[in-house]
Amino acid sequence: MFRFLLGRLAVLIPTFIGVSIIAFSFIRLLPGDPVALLSGERVMSPERHAQISHELGYDRPIVVQYFDYLWGVLQGDFGTSISTKEPVLGQFMQLFPATLELSLCAIIFAIVLGIPAGVFAAIKRGSVLDQIIMGTALIGFSMPIFWWGLLLIILFSGILQWTPVSGRISLMFFFPSVTGFMLVDSLLSGQDGAFTSAASHLILPTIVLGTIPLAVIARQTRSAMLEVLSEDYVRTARAKGLSAFRVVGIHALRNAMIPVITTIGLQVGVMLAGAILTESIFSWPGIGKWMVDSVFRRDYPVIQGGLLIIAGLIMLVNLIVDLLYGLINPRIRH
Amino acid sequence: MFKKTTFAAALLAATVLSGVANAKTFVYCSEASPEGFDPGLYTAGTTFDAAAHTVYNRLLEFKKGTTEVEPGLAESYEVSDDGLQYTFKLRPGVKFQTTEFFTPTRDFNADDVVFSYERQWKEDNAWHKYVEGGSWEYFAGMGMPDLLDKVEKVDDMTVKFTLKRKEAPFLANVAMPFASILSKEYADKLQADGKMNQMNQQPLGTGPFQFVAYQQDAVIRYKANPEYWGGKQKIDDLVFAITTDASVRYQKLKAGECHLMPYPNAADVAAMKADPDLKVAEQEGLNVAYLAYNTTQAPFDKVEVRKALNMAINKQAIVDAVFQGAATPAKNPIPPTMWSYNNAIEDDKYDPDAAKKMLEDAGVSGLQMKVWAMPVARPYMLNARRAAELIQSDFAKIGVTVEIVSYEWAEYLDKSKAKDRDGAVMLGWTGDNGDPDNFLDTLLGCDAVGGNNRAQWCNQEFDDLVTKAKEVSDQAERTKLYEEAQVVFKREAPWATLDHSLAIVPMRKNVEGFVQSPLGDFAFDGVDIVE
Repeated sequence: MFRFLLGRLAVLIPTFIGVSIIAFSFIRLLPGDPVALLSGERVMSPERHAQISHELGYDRPIVVQYFDYLWGVLQGDFGTSISTKEPVLGQFMQLFPATLELSLCAIIFAIVLGIPAGVFAAIKRGSVLDQIIMGTALIGFSMPIFWWGLLLIILFSGILQWTPVSGRISLMFFFPSVTGFMLVDSLLSGQDGAFTSAASHLILPTIVLGTIPLAVIARQTRSAMLEVLSEDYVRTARAKGLSAFRVVGIHALRNAMIPVITTIGLQVGVMLAGAILTESIFSWPGIGKWMVDSVFRRDYPVIQGGLLIIAGLIMLVNLIVDLLYGLINPRIRH
Repeated sequence: MFKKTTFAAALLAATVLSGVANAKTFVYCSEASPEGFDPGLYTAGTTFDAAAHTVYNRLLEFKKGTTEVEPGLAESYEVSDDGLQYTFKLRPGVKFQTTEFFTPTRDFNADDVVFSYERQWKEDNAWHKYVEGGSWEYFAGMGMPDLLDKVEKVDDMTVKFTLKRKEAPFLANVAMPFASILSKEYADKLQADGKMNQMNQQPLGTGPFQFVAYQQDAVIRYKANPEYWGGKQKIDDLVFAITTDASVRYQKLKAGECHLMPYPNAADVAAMKADPDLKVAEQEGLNVAYLAYNTTQAPFDKVEVRKALNMAINKQAIVDAVFQGAATPAKNPIPPTMWSYNNAIEDDKYDPDAAKKMLEDAGVSGLQMKVWAMPVARPYMLNARRAAELIQSDFAKIGVTVEIVSYEWAEYLDKSKAKDRDGAVMLGWTGDNGDPDNFLDTLLGCDAVGGNNRAQWCNQEFDDLVTKAKEVSDQAERTKLYEEAQVVFKREAPWATLDHSLAIVPMRKNVEGFVQSPLGDFAFDGVDIVE
């Protein structure tokens, strides 16, 4: 196990360097000049442009800039945002808990609903229930997030007024951020109603962000279950006279979970992509919105720093997923 | 179940609200996050709304709802006979805000003014480079480094600015956000504590609201400055709830989660006007959208060709299609809300037949040209692509074939500056300081060729007029010169002027005292919520 872990970590290093090269160079391939954008329609004089480029170090050869950047990253310095002039890492740390909180809620929502839905669809294969579940999953998977979010806001916040429109908590609550997780902070604040407010603000974004993973998980669970249910050992278990619950819940589900867990791991990347749109709609102050804004501003340090950190996190999650296989299925124990 | 929870939350909210002695909180659903809180470092209107118009004041201020300047932190000013020296008498007894992070020990004085200018101007000032990669874009953009000769403290309550040349728009510059007055005492303390960055995170000024806290990309909180020299505000707290999507802002406004919002979707405006809980304020924005021909290249170097093309454009159709009526066709390069707007000028009539003939008379046939369309929505042009398509079909009617081109925004801005650029570029401008010079000289002066002058148009007669208007300080005389310059502009037609968009501000019906600024600012001093 330890050797396996070391091996995986050794692979991570070149991957990380590869990502850093891609993050660094691709942004620079995009047309558009971050220095010129500082003044917008107001044209900057060539002398001033040259001076600011020099101060930011953009007049040096790109290879020099890259190694300089990499050296900084290795020491934990991800640079300073061109537009806000704040350190990239500091901004990321401040915004990431919001994204993490939303993503965790969304993935829990997707798992809690997706796995049972997939199991039921598999057991009742070909039935109306199966058709409904799989049909809904297909719609959920194809739903444009932006439209879906707006639709929910108009219905639940606008017409029915059940949920707040956007944000993380009602503006009347104001307390210092301790953990960055609003659910936790609202409890810690001890203010009456703060937790309820934070939770109610999470409902719609969770549904929107969780929809695609939910659909994917439900479909994956169904097909994995179908495969497992036709295995000999399931027939044997049934023949032994085990209850349907034990057969499905213990024998079949455990084996069917392996591909499902892979899928859930892969959804992390999907979620971060989805978070970009979800956060924009719900004015959710997370890293998705932050990254999009910085692409428009050609804020090189933010884009490359953000990409690098996110890529690092995804690699970490994939590593954890690999390790989880072993726990679930002893045959793959490394 | 949901309903119950919400009801409980509402009940709770009511209890909490009544518990804080009915504090009046005004919530503004702002459209973006501020870049920072030092108005000198940035150029975005959002940043100015969040810092300059709340926390800070300037020596002169724009009179509410106009582009004229009035006394601010300076009670009065005098201009020397040679037009080079401006002496400001400062307002006595003005207090800087007392906040959790700083308690001032003295009132506002001349040191604060000198500091606020020198930090942007003098490279040896300790504050010139206080944030990494920071630069004073507006100070440079308005040409202040070349204009200022000296900024001196005469006595505690008097400051004298000496200019290197006569420049009447200087007074308008002094009222701009970048010229906000900071506390030197606060700056000294931050410097001594080694926390200079804090100036950009926890602003402190003399303005109507004082900064409380900022949660990045989410909420900015202010409270009314109890010692404000202009009197305490009617509201107790001011909150900016950052909401980037216009449809979501509208939903929040409808749900009563905010009192006022900027930049609605054009498509939503009709419904907003019909909503009994909302009201909508409208004003012509201080902007213009234009199509700039490259006047140095054939056949656009001929006035007749430019005139003919202008006559072929159906501007009303563009306004209707792109803005759904929330704009007016433009005939002059400056907007109607600006002083010296020459309303006597007649626009070229939309007349494709006459245009076709004019083009033939000029010896041009089978013309193929490029029309550049911006890739982004701007306040003065919400959908450049759509407008370009309409122009394309208008031009087709007079036998001109148009190829629409577009580039990524930064590249677009850059490429369109080139002197040998082809065709006509669509672009626009939003005024900075309400001075006609900021449009006419900035966009059409000879000095701006190869830069902001996208028509590459250098007309001596026009240039002399706007240069002279810069040098005289009498506004009546300046008005005459600018009116004349607009006549020359219309005759020479370096641009097709397309539209001035309307600034539309929807708010809750119970909001009172909000005055729309022609400069596009959102300032909330004087605002009240009536129940």
